[in-house]
Amino acid sequence: MKENVVISVRNLVKKFGNFTAVDNLNFEVYKGEIFGFLGANGAGKTTAIRILSGLSVPTSGDAVVSGFSARRQPEKIKQVIGYMCQRFSLYEDLTVRENITLYGGIYGMSRQLIKESTAELLGRLNFENYADTLISSLPLGLKQKLAFSVAVLHDPGIVFLDEPTGGVDPVTRRQFWEMIYETASRGITVFVTTHYMDEAEYCDRISIMNEGRIVALDTPAELRKKYNASSVEEVFVKIARPNGRLHTA
Amino acid sequence: MQSAIESAGITKKFGSNRVLNDITFSVNESEIFGFIGPDGAGKTTLFRIVTTLLLPDEGKMTVFGTDSLKGFRELRKHIGYMPGRFSLYHDLTVEENLKFYATVFGTTIRENYDLISDIYSHIEPFKKRLAGQLSGGMKQKLALSCALIHKPKLLVLDEPTTGVDAVSRSEFWDMLKNLRKHDITILVSTPYMDEAMRCDRIALIQNGSLLSVDKPRKIKEGFGKRLYRIMAPDKYRLLISLRKYELTDTAFPFGDSIHVTFRDDIYDQSLINHLRSEGIANVTIEEMEAGIEDRFLELMERKLDGEIE
Repeated sequence: MKENVVISVRNLVKKFGNFTAVDNLNFEVYKGEIFGFLGANGAGKTTAIRILSGLSVPTSGDAVVSGFSARRQPEKIKQVIGYMCQRFSLYEDLTVRENITLYGGIYGMSRQLIKESTAELLGRLNFENYADTLISSLPLGLKQKLAFSVAVLHDPGIVFLDEPTGGVDPVTRRQFWEMIYETASRGITVFVTTHYMDEAEYCDRISIMNEGRIVALDTPAELRKKYNASSVEEVFVKIARPNGRLHTA
Repeated sequence: MQSAIESAGITKKFGSNRVLNDITFSVNESEIFGFIGPDGAGKTTLFRIVTTLLLPDEGKMTVFGTDSLKGFRELRKHIGYMPGRFSLYHDLTVEENLKFYATVFGTTIRENYDLISDIYSHIEPFKKRLAGQLSGGMKQKLALSCALIHKPKLLVLDEPTTGVDAVSRSEFWDMLKNLRKHDITILVSTPYMDEAMRCDRIALIQNGSLLSVDKPRKIKEGFGKRLYRIMAPDKYRLLISLRKYELTDTAFPFGDSIHVTFRDDIYDQSLINHLRSEGIANVTIEEMEAGIEDRFLELMERKLDGEIE
């Protein structure tokens, strides 16, 4: 199993002044896994993801992401991961082709490789007719699919997705999950954060954070069984609320 | 029962883009009526017409018996509107926001406090905090309090739960249910199918057209075929294999299973043999009740096939 670990988090702590946002996290994520990272607003999810994606440095402990330390090599991490969020990923006033070229350049791909990857991507998505269309005039569903494809353009070991299918219609949503499955089957780890528990049901394993700690980590089926719940949503409502504290504060 | 909203043939275009297409529905007084549909379906445009903020190109919108075009000044006193993006002033405190909305509608916080106390009490300990510094769940509760402070007869909530965590969302729906005892009619929209069951009646909307309007249970019962839940450890290979099986009609991923319908509603041993030949083991198959999202998918597919309309 060891060589299959792509994210290894050990005693990870992040403090802001007196406030402990991430409180001694320990977990592993495997190659080709679809991993759901859940938690209520303010549970510490965003802080943890910023560390895992090289945007923030831990106070103590470490996370090794694709072989690089979040403590010592955050810049390396940025190069070997992909990232897509629902609200913003593509530049609306650039064309499809320009966006692909831009992201390829940011990820340090060669001109030749960008050219080849662009042709391959446009073909795979049946996007040839949209190559020179501005993103702002694409339907939402197509934008989402393109944003995801661009996030894995440089063949990263891990791709981070933030609420990937929020707001799309049920048909597009399923096409999107099929793309995620296909990506994971190629060995790319998909790390999903979401507020929507029905999205979580699609993941291989999920973790639930509460007050800076992971309070549950297992497959959706095992969690439902353990908490005697019919859905992940029910599990979440049972355990994701801080004890005796106003959770919204 | 008197109707709170009567929408007859509402159509709206932005340029050549037809955003709403012949929208006809009615909402009863004191019911929670939900519009369920993805981004871009036309939910916000429709709500802006209901709240008299936008004029339709065709059709007639009547709210509490008053034409929304002719009686807009009067109607606005009775409508509370919580838009999707902006309704709070981030550089005012919690209390100042609430006071502002009360003043605009010529009332005071004290006068209608009983109406909002259930909701506002959660955030009252933070009333001196700037609205911009609240968490998502708290902002949502403050925005709802502001929309209610003038005791409206109709409350219009545009995607109130988008971006809010599951615990807060669940609490929010409980609050809406509690508002019913004050005889408030609630029109609410959401892109999330799982919230449909919290409404008395719902309308499924897609590309500016209504797909179906009914009680959530009735909509689920409208699903036309027998539905099966099929599971195996490798979901992706299972999905691909099911699509290849000749008796499969539809196969969609749903969480950790695949929801499948068959051409003649039944499968036989050949399915098991087929999956085995594809190298898929440990398969479980069970018949299941369709959900709102299953029905939505079915209606979308039919629409694409031109069966309805």
